[in-house]
Amino acid sequence: MASNELKSHFIKLLNEGKRLDGRDISELRQPIKVEYGISKTAEGSAKVTMGDTEVLAGVKMEISEPYPDTPDQGTIMVGAELIPLSSPEFESGPPSIKAVELARVVDRGIRESKAIDFRKLCIKKGEKIWILLIDIVTLNDDGNLIDASALAALAALKDAKFPEVKDGAIDYKKKTDKSIDLVKEPIAVTVFKVGNHFIVDPTREEEKAIGTRLTITTTKNNLICALQKSGDSSLTQEDISRMIDIAIEKAKILREAL
Amino acid sequence: MSYKKRLDNRKPDELRKMEAKVGVIKNADGSAYFKIGNTCAYAAVYGPRELYPRFLHNPSKGILRCSYSMMPFSGSGNRVRPGQNRRAKEISMVTEKALLPVLNLDEYPNSVVDVFIELPQTEAGSRCAGICAASMALADAGLVMSDLVSAVSVGRVDDMLVVDLDYSEEAYEDGPVADIPLAILPRTDEITLLQMDGEITKEMLLDAIELGKKSCHEIYEIQKKALKEKYAVKGDE
Repeated sequence: MASNELKSHFIKLLNEGKRLDGRDISELRQPIKVEYGISKTAEGSAKVTMGDTEVLAGVKMEISEPYPDTPDQGTIMVGAELIPLSSPEFESGPPSIKAVELARVVDRGIRESKAIDFRKLCIKKGEKIWILLIDIVTLNDDGNLIDASALAALAALKDAKFPEVKDGAIDYKKKTDKSIDLVKEPIAVTVFKVGNHFIVDPTREEEKAIGTRLTITTTKNNLICALQKSGDSSLTQEDISRMIDIAIEKAKILREAL
Repeated sequence: MSYKKRLDNRKPDELRKMEAKVGVIKNADGSAYFKIGNTCAYAAVYGPRELYPRFLHNPSKGILRCSYSMMPFSGSGNRVRPGQNRRAKEISMVTEKALLPVLNLDEYPNSVVDVFIELPQTEAGSRCAGICAASMALADAGLVMSDLVSAVSVGRVDDMLVVDLDYSEEAYEDGPVADIPLAILPRTDEITLLQMDGEITKEMLLDAIELGKKSCHEIYEIQKKALKEKYAVKGDE
């Protein structure tokens, strides 16, 4: 369907309170599922299913040198691969802007919520720190990849165990029972504006007809820790206020899946 | 000390535990999952579809394009850098050659069949697991095929011939080791993938291949069973 026709059909349905796939207008898809430990080679891993969207995340841990301006802090790095296995629309090659944005939004949610105390990742001040390498890989893209990826990354961090260290070298074959101390659980919810309607968790087909979105990452006490507006249209302040309310409400549902 | 008993107590011709499933990626035209021991492979097939760049067009038949890739967290050591390194490129190429003989792409001029293999977790034998998954995914995509392709690594550890080597066997240091990834077309026993590193005599190599064929037939049964689970008509055997 041409995108203009799709859009007018989409808005007509929304006016009747329905979504393209038959759901109620503000509903999240089911199932919302988190499976832990899907990769034994990762120090922590998880698979998130939201409707037909499936995303994997894995954490590898390495020992590295601290940044000169934060000699007593470890760090995280988030990468995302939108692999061609997961969608006819993804191509091989260096990360697309979509993948880069996704990784950075997930990174900001974890970093800025201070979910992880980076000081606890310091091994020896000025010399050795832990770096947590979080990688997101899409398995099947049926829309809403940012929310699914942020949830998968958080779940993989929850699943992670530090490997054993002997004489400064990591023995990846042996995991300790020490977990990452996660003091917050940042949940990303992207709210989309279509016509005068606000929706969450769109399918890949619905995403094609959507102009504007706002990703809102919040913690359990409803504190906002990251925002990302994207898309070609503008938002009013009232829009943003509505969208934040929706994000906080839906984050509760996603948090229950962890 | 010679290698008399396998480190994980398997018999010489005993494969690691396997799992196979067809139709695991909804967006794909065909897909499959194959797990052997701690090595897991997803494969997705897209196509036949339009081929870009256009200079690759073949007006007489369609082409097969394979891509093998390890996920960043799938290695047992440090993070694997994403993107195709030299090893992944070579494995992609030999995978393509291993699968091509069973396909007939004459009906699809100027088109491509894309096969993407992705591994979330590896512990030896990953190219063979990828080929097993890919051949099931091609069948799931409904392409005309003369057979499936079944693959396993065989080899020697010291004086013992073994199938489906794991890491500890590949890294055995007290004697010579040879690691031989092998793919066959089970209906005819023809060989479509053969590589080796290590050292071995001609006689031992031929014995190893013979052993590998038997294992491939075991794998073949598991592949067929997974396909039948998806496509079986109720009440039909």
